[in-house]
Amino acid sequence: MLENSSTIQKRSLVMSKSTSRWRQLWAALGQGFLFSVTSLSTLTVFFIFYFIAKDAFPFFKLEGFKEFFTSTHWYPSGHPAEFGAMSIFFGTGLVTLGAVVVAVPLGVAAAVCLSDVLPFNVRQIVKPVIEILAAIPSVAYGFFALVVFAPLLQNNGGAVLSIGAWLILAPILALLVVVLSDLIADRCPDAARKVVRWGCGLALGAAALTGMILLGNHLRGIEIISGANALNVSIILGIMALPTVVSVSEDALQACGRELREGSYALGATRAETIVKTVLPASVSGILAAVILGVMRAIGETMVVWMASGNAARIPEPWFNMLQPVRTLTATIAGDMGEADHVTGSARFHVLFAMAFCLLTFSFVMNLASEAIVRRSRKKLGK
Amino acid sequence: MKKAILSIALMAAVAVTAVAEETIVIDGSTTVGPIAKAFAEYFMAENPDVNITVSESGSGNGAKSLVNAVCDVAAMSRPMKDNEFLAAAEKGIQPVAHVVALDGLPILVHPKNPVANLTIDQIRKIYTGEITNWKEVGGPDMEIVVITRDTNSGTYETFEKLIMSKQRISDKAEYVGSNGAIRQRVQSTPAAIGYAGLGFVDKTVKAITVNGVYPSAATVRTGEYAIARPLFMYTNGYPKLGSAVYQFVTLYLTEDGQEMVEEIGFIPVTSY
Repeated sequence: MLENSSTIQKRSLVMSKSTSRWRQLWAALGQGFLFSVTSLSTLTVFFIFYFIAKDAFPFFKLEGFKEFFTSTHWYPSGHPAEFGAMSIFFGTGLVTLGAVVVAVPLGVAAAVCLSDVLPFNVRQIVKPVIEILAAIPSVAYGFFALVVFAPLLQNNGGAVLSIGAWLILAPILALLVVVLSDLIADRCPDAARKVVRWGCGLALGAAALTGMILLGNHLRGIEIISGANALNVSIILGIMALPTVVSVSEDALQACGRELREGSYALGATRAETIVKTVLPASVSGILAAVILGVMRAIGETMVVWMASGNAARIPEPWFNMLQPVRTLTATIAGDMGEADHVTGSARFHVLFAMAFCLLTFSFVMNLASEAIVRRSRKKLGK
Repeated sequence: MKKAILSIALMAAVAVTAVAEETIVIDGSTTVGPIAKAFAEYFMAENPDVNITVSESGSGNGAKSLVNAVCDVAAMSRPMKDNEFLAAAEKGIQPVAHVVALDGLPILVHPKNPVANLTIDQIRKIYTGEITNWKEVGGPDMEIVVITRDTNSGTYETFEKLIMSKQRISDKAEYVGSNGAIRQRVQSTPAAIGYAGLGFVDKTVKAITVNGVYPSAATVRTGEYAIARPLFMYTNGYPKLGSAVYQFVTLYLTEDGQEMVEEIGFIPVTSY
């Protein structure tokens, strides 16, 4: 901006006055146009808020707040109709939590691997491939969840669960065993250190392995009667949120810079120590922002949950049972819109807007939080 | 080169719209959708100057479109409701029903499920959640996976009206968005029970007898099969005799119309 005006001033020395006026006019016009385009998209957000709120408030006026937030009876087409959405809020929370459990460890590990472990030319190939995940239409994910994954869970549910548990727990446990035996060995006198380290490693490793085998066998015995459940959509949503988490946290890891890493190496730290003790703490707020964006991707997803979550409006028993069907806010809005009378504007119509309003408010707050976190992290890194 | 192609395409588009003198817009039920599509294809082949678009968004949406005068024909798998008639009257629309075919709602189970017959009472108890295991109705010891259409569909409303007799479907029931999805879920889930239009029964699922009657064209037409319904097309007033809409909504009365309805798997109202 500054540069521009200075060039204009410089040129006006050699140009006639009228030409420079034309230029200024054009510049003003261009700025005005761009400003109006930008404010249009900002205005859109306000309009969306306004129109959703406009159709949401009549519901609370008609039915009050209590039933909507505290009852689990969702019978919008019953006589009399009941609009208890608590189980639906719960379902949204459960699948989102499940998606986070899938996407965050995988995504952050992949980001660390991409930014600090893999050689540059491998990374150039791997990152776009991960980002392709974001380009797959959600209905394709939904189709996969319904036609491939649900029958797989039904037919070989136990095996899938135990393999999943092995995949997730084995690396974590291996890491824990190594770290623990290192820590114990560090407290021993120098002479015995090596022996203690190996002994501890073997003993802990054996214990972990036994635990894993027991857990695996227990999981293998579980039979899943319906594959359209919270677990199915959690895994699929986790995969869908993965590119967001990987991309944003990789950017955060990159952003903490070469100086920091070189400083760490200069102090004699190994690559592992640099990653765990320097790079990750420095970029933790960026990673948090990535997690929030991933949560928002999962919470707003409609097609997959509508197709494969089972859509039963109840809180699973016990509440953490991921093998039972759940219903989410987005799926309810999409699925119930058709019969909700636009024309008469009944409570059945407005309740969907009340749900949309809750979703929108939540995303808005999350978005603000992630913005604030990113800003704080930039400040901390002095950029 | 590209520009030339584009302009030719544009001109062609303009020419097409200029030739098509009449358009018929059809919206509504996913169950009646296949009939509407088959009729539309047939009709457009016979009358090249008529353009027909068919959307499938559910019976309720069909009614809404008709009331808001954005479609000419509303395909519906249930009759219009009082409040829809009311809304129509307020907007000066007079919905007229044409029953284009009959449909049964077969109760579907997995082909490996040995249960071959259920009474209406048993079906109701399964859907209310009173019966939760197949062994209670003479099957293997498996927890029943209850699958129903979404409350958005005419199929759901028919089922609710004919089976549930004002009782509530259990909150354990899974909701799916289309007839095809019901079949998909039932064929891949050994413990599932579901219902869909007669046209959606194939070898991958098993239709059971209800009160001892197997769902078929004959048993639906005589009224022996209890879970059956007419399928409607609604127009605004009775269409002007001889108009394209009139010819379209009376297509089911012709021999070709009957054949098309049969081919899709529904039961025609005529028998040539």
